[in-house]
Amino acid sequence: MGQATDRVPVNSFCGIEAATRDAYGETLFKLGQENPDIVVLDADLSSSTKTSKFAKAFPERFFNMGVSEQDLMATAAGLSLTGKIPFASTFAIFATGRAWEQIRQGIAYSHLNVKIVATHGGITVGEDGASHQAIEDIALMRVIPEMTVIVPADAYETELVIREIVNFYGPVYVRLGRAKVKPVMPPDYQFRIGKGFVFRLGNDVNIIACGVMVAEALEAADILRKNGIDAGVINMSTIKPLDEELLLESAKARLIVTAEEHSVIGGLGGAVCEFLSSVIPRPILRIGVKDRFGCSGSSKELMKFFGLTSHQIADEIIKKLETLHLMVK
Amino acid sequence: MPVQKRDIEYLKNQARLLRIEILKMLTEAGSGHTGGSLSAADIVTALYFYKLRHKPENPSWAERDRFVLSKGHAAPLLYAVLAMSGYFDRSLLKTLRKLGSPLQGHPCSKMLPGVEISTGSLGQGLSVANGIAMGLKLQGLSSRVYCLLGDGELQEGQVWEAAMSAAHYKSDNLCAIVDLNGLQIDGPISSVKNIEPVDKKFQAFGWNTIEINGHDMTQIVDALDKAEELKGAPTVILARTIKGKGVSIFEGKVKYHGVAPTPEELEIALKELSSGGEVKVPGGEVTVGTGN
Repeated sequence: MGQATDRVPVNSFCGIEAATRDAYGETLFKLGQENPDIVVLDADLSSSTKTSKFAKAFPERFFNMGVSEQDLMATAAGLSLTGKIPFASTFAIFATGRAWEQIRQGIAYSHLNVKIVATHGGITVGEDGASHQAIEDIALMRVIPEMTVIVPADAYETELVIREIVNFYGPVYVRLGRAKVKPVMPPDYQFRIGKGFVFRLGNDVNIIACGVMVAEALEAADILRKNGIDAGVINMSTIKPLDEELLLESAKARLIVTAEEHSVIGGLGGAVCEFLSSVIPRPILRIGVKDRFGCSGSSKELMKFFGLTSHQIADEIIKKLETLHLMVK
Repeated sequence: MPVQKRDIEYLKNQARLLRIEILKMLTEAGSGHTGGSLSAADIVTALYFYKLRHKPENPSWAERDRFVLSKGHAAPLLYAVLAMSGYFDRSLLKTLRKLGSPLQGHPCSKMLPGVEISTGSLGQGLSVANGIAMGLKLQGLSSRVYCLLGDGELQEGQVWEAAMSAAHYKSDNLCAIVDLNGLQIDGPISSVKNIEPVDKKFQAFGWNTIEINGHDMTQIVDALDKAEELKGAPTVILARTIKGKGVSIFEGKVKYHGVAPTPEELEIALKELSSGGEVKVPGGEVTVGTGN
């Protein structure tokens, strides 16, 4: 285990606008040089998931399982049983949907050290449409006992997450995206599994966000503050285990908002509601895909279509505060 | 490491004792899978008391051969052979399926030493076994991996994904064994959904095939030895068996797939298994086929 200072990698993605999948591919390649136990499996999507760089550099430690996601996950389980640290990658919908039971039975139930790193999470997949847009993956992974679920907010956090999970024994699901994301995490940020990051806590509203929605939430909070609403933002990149202590702290605000590029059912919003409802009476607004399938379009268009942009979030929060008569005079 | 010797009479007697343990634990539990545990008893005896290089006192020995029970419902068979091999005390067998027991209804690797991976949902074990086989090769170890599948299980698509992968990665340290007892829960496999010709299917996927009578101990040990010699491709042993083998009242009966013996049936079974104990062996030639 390295010291905290070892954790900031050379040539890192800090401050860089890039797709989280690109940060994954690059970090995996670097880790491959550092750790001979890392093996990578893909299901004919290595050029999209960005595991291709590792594959080219370490062909003997890369296994393309072809278009066989069930076989991919169970084979990763087998590799982990020989002391390897397998990273199993494909698109989020195929990893968590097609191979859900292989993950449950083969990986999680036996508590194996398999890292499932899936790309193309959420509707920002874009033009490929609903068949390829996972809006249920966080829910599907979160419901499995002993599973850790992480959704990094930007390329830099992705880099830190991928490095951190190598030092953690157990099954992990990491959700990454296809599109470029704005950098949001500060240079001195240290990712810890199960620890949320506070940008700012507000007295009126706190937005608990993950993934690409962290950038939107930060902008939304700026808009809200200009409207006299004291808004805070938390990056809750680990969805399981949830940072309950931080959530309780954030629940001092009048309204809690969750924001995710996922169904409003079962994901971050579901997790936050499950916890807070048992400890404190507080209205919670869930921003996300409202129980419907995705569709084709550019990722930018789709963010707007599904009401996930900063302005839309700010509007929705103001409306909610008015409905609840929580508007600050 | 236990002495693994080619002594057919000894192995036949071990198989008889194994069947007795299986039936006793199933009766005590009051539920569980009788037919498929008995049909594979001779194969599993040959593995644990002849073929596997393993150290029951050190279940995580890195160089051990691995056994993956893909047909996880035959858990009583696995538990009984592990106990007889010395992985844990035999008295634990009577806790099968009871609350708090490490002997879960289907094998759980976290709870019981000697269980390589939790199984029970069919069709997944061959992929895991191939993953282990690939990992062992990366480690530079000569250890082998054995995977026992049921024949109804071959209806799972993932088995064929794994078959394709194992051939592609030339996993010749992997040996699959199919317990072809011909029956599944809803009836004969040929009427529920036909899986034949199994040999041609595996050969088409690039596997070596060895077809044997799965109750003929000589054929079983010969096949396990032969599989180790075949290089460049994985090998599958297609073992023709009888569901419920060893006890006349259970043999060939669909009903005993997932039903435990009653105490009365156990009494009959124990009498049969102790009177001379010779398990009737039908004749049959060993047939070896190859993939490409």
